[in-house]
Amino acid sequence: MKQEYTLTIYTENQVGLLNRIAIMFSRRKINIESMNTSPSEIEGIHRFNILINETEDVVRKIVRQIEKQVDVLKAYFNTNDTIIWQELALYKVPTAIIAEKVKVERLLRTYGARVVAIRSDYTIFETTGQREETDTLLKVLGEYGLIEFVRSARIAIIKDSKGFHEKLKEFELAEPTQHIIDEPISAAEAASKVV
Amino acid sequence: MQTEMINEEIEATSAPIEITGGDAVMRALVAEGVDTIFGYPGGAIMPIYDALYDYRDQLEHILVRHEQGGIHAGQGYARTSGRTGVVFATSGPGATNLVTGLADAMIDSTPLVCITGQVFAHLLGTDAFQETDVINITTPVTKWNYQVTDANEIPEALAKAFYIANSGRPGPVLIDITKNAQLQKFSYAGYKPCNHIRSYRPKPVVRKEFTAAAAEMINKAERPLVIFGQGVILGRAENEFKAFIEKSGMPAAWTILGLSALSTDHPLNVGMLGMHGNYGPNVLTNECDVLIAVGMRFDDRVTGRLDRYAKQAKVIHLDIDPSEIDKNVKADVPVWGDCKETLPMITALLEKKDHSSWVNKFSECMEKEKEAVINNELHPSTDILTMGEVIEQLNLLTNGDAVIVTDVGQHQMVACRYAKFNQSKSNVTSGGLGTMGFALPAAIGAKYGAKDRTVVAVIGDGGVQMTIQELGTIMQNNINVKILILNNRFLGMVRQWQDLFHEKRYSFVDIASPDYVTVAKGYNIEGNSIEERKDLVGALETMLKHDGPYLLEVFVGKENNVFPMVPQGCGVGEIRLK
Repeated sequence: MKQEYTLTIYTENQVGLLNRIAIMFSRRKINIESMNTSPSEIEGIHRFNILINETEDVVRKIVRQIEKQVDVLKAYFNTNDTIIWQELALYKVPTAIIAEKVKVERLLRTYGARVVAIRSDYTIFETTGQREETDTLLKVLGEYGLIEFVRSARIAIIKDSKGFHEKLKEFELAEPTQHIIDEPISAAEAASKVV
Repeated sequence: MQTEMINEEIEATSAPIEITGGDAVMRALVAEGVDTIFGYPGGAIMPIYDALYDYRDQLEHILVRHEQGGIHAGQGYARTSGRTGVVFATSGPGATNLVTGLADAMIDSTPLVCITGQVFAHLLGTDAFQETDVINITTPVTKWNYQVTDANEIPEALAKAFYIANSGRPGPVLIDITKNAQLQKFSYAGYKPCNHIRSYRPKPVVRKEFTAAAAEMINKAERPLVIFGQGVILGRAENEFKAFIEKSGMPAAWTILGLSALSTDHPLNVGMLGMHGNYGPNVLTNECDVLIAVGMRFDDRVTGRLDRYAKQAKVIHLDIDPSEIDKNVKADVPVWGDCKETLPMITALLEKKDHSSWVNKFSECMEKEKEAVINNELHPSTDILTMGEVIEQLNLLTNGDAVIVTDVGQHQMVACRYAKFNQSKSNVTSGGLGTMGFALPAAIGAKYGAKDRTVVAVIGDGGVQMTIQELGTIMQNNINVKILILNNRFLGMVRQWQDLFHEKRYSFVDIASPDYVTVAKGYNIEGNSIEERKDLVGALETMLKHDGPYLLEVFVGKENNVFPMVPQGCGVGEIRLK
């Protein structure tokens, strides 16, 4: 069954790596729903968040292929229930309409929106939240002459992750311990495979 | 001599010296123990070639006739020597001509370091003369690639390149160096080989619970079948593998790239897997109770239809690349790791077993295959020569000691089916990518990788015309390769499929050939052409005895088909004998 999977990939900061990762998906004709690159909790290490809609089998295989890339430290995949995730959206609306027709305070309160800029001709709102929340406000503002809309990629934190600090120490060892060389399947699955 | 003195000086004083980027490339190659480079110069790589001029006594450079020839030669060198092949090419068309070879080396896990020249850094992205985006073009077909724009990066980039190319699951690496970096003088503090990159783990950690589970499963097995691939050769684990199968007497069948890892006359060697493999290994894959895959990746040409592949068997999969486990065939026991380490761990726990009645089933299948296919192929009743009998006669004359390089198509399948091999690293072929034109240049490299061995390139009349320009390389360097063209005056494999699956609609497979002996003569290469059985042995003898390169063309039956065959979309159990 296809569902949303959020990939979290820790990488070196290397020119060309974005392409190397992106083509893993395009080669398999998988559409990337959203992609974000940012610094991570560790200086010099980048963190990709990639959102795709796929089956677990496909996701698992692609994650292994990604992790195989020389400049990739570690790749994880998660379903929505195991992450905290947010997207950021910006809305540009004519100020005149807003002033006449919309109760701004109510808008702000109902949708958790913030005003980030007010000009005589337009006002920019910002919301962060999940897809349904930003979508709802999009719909509402559509009725009030929405001029521009943009939404960021999903960014996500894995609920039970302890971050990468400890892992990195082991990656830097010439002979990493077994503990850090996470198996390409989960420990529970691996155990079930022992006859 | 001068450079040796400089090296000693560095070690003695550790004081940095001023050298050019091009010189740093040479020093890296020397430090990595490179002895042979296959390449072709051009504008953007001229400073590197200029530096090479001073290293001619340490680095043998073979000037090829086309960059594709250069990279296939690098592959041939790597395959017979086990070392990293090194290839030079210039920017733009030079670099794009490497792409087929990179893809071939990527899919066949061949260690290469390719160095391409690039336009000056300030011209990047301006559509400069002979500029092309080599890094992005080659990303999907390299294990790693990197662009150097500053000479200071050269030693480290090359150290990483050699480490990555030939560690773990090997593969091709490309380093693109802008011309300014090649010319730039910088402060060089010596070359440090790389043996660790924090984001790269060449080998997964071996887990004893899985090697133990594998051994237990094998000990319980009644009909175990071992299938092995190039991983045994790349891991230099031929002896460990032999000990493994011998301890419990398990039959072992090979993929096309695994061929020669186990001597072909070993009593437990039951033959070739896959589409044109032997009958027994294919049908009995679907009768074994435990399937043990060693250093192979369940390619579709090996498995046929996956939902009809070894469904009854428990699967043990040994591989150094974790992404191969469960990729095509689910493993019941995944044994991550280098088979050089994991095989002895399993062998130590194996009980001595007698599986002779199971092994006999392979012999019975072989008898069936002999009757239906092999006897006719090796001892035909008509006057028309077959590819199989040519290979059989070659076996008798070389005693299985030659390196055999094959191209792609019918002759490749026939050569791999019938050639005898006594030692590892003797079969050089384009397996995964199926690159026609591979054999002639690969044979050049194979000879440099195994200078004391006889190298025979077996090539079809289609493939040889794709890279025939490399006869020039053979001529110029007097490279002692034997070129055996099996000419059936067709693009035989495509014609076979058209015969079997497209109602004999022979669409553009009728290929004409030049007079190869005359062509060879133009290159000052001796040659002969035969079409009668009475001439075969003598002609092969003359070819093998000739001191230097030799071309022998043998005309074989035009419309012979290669059997057995697992048609595309069928299971291995549905293999056809005719």
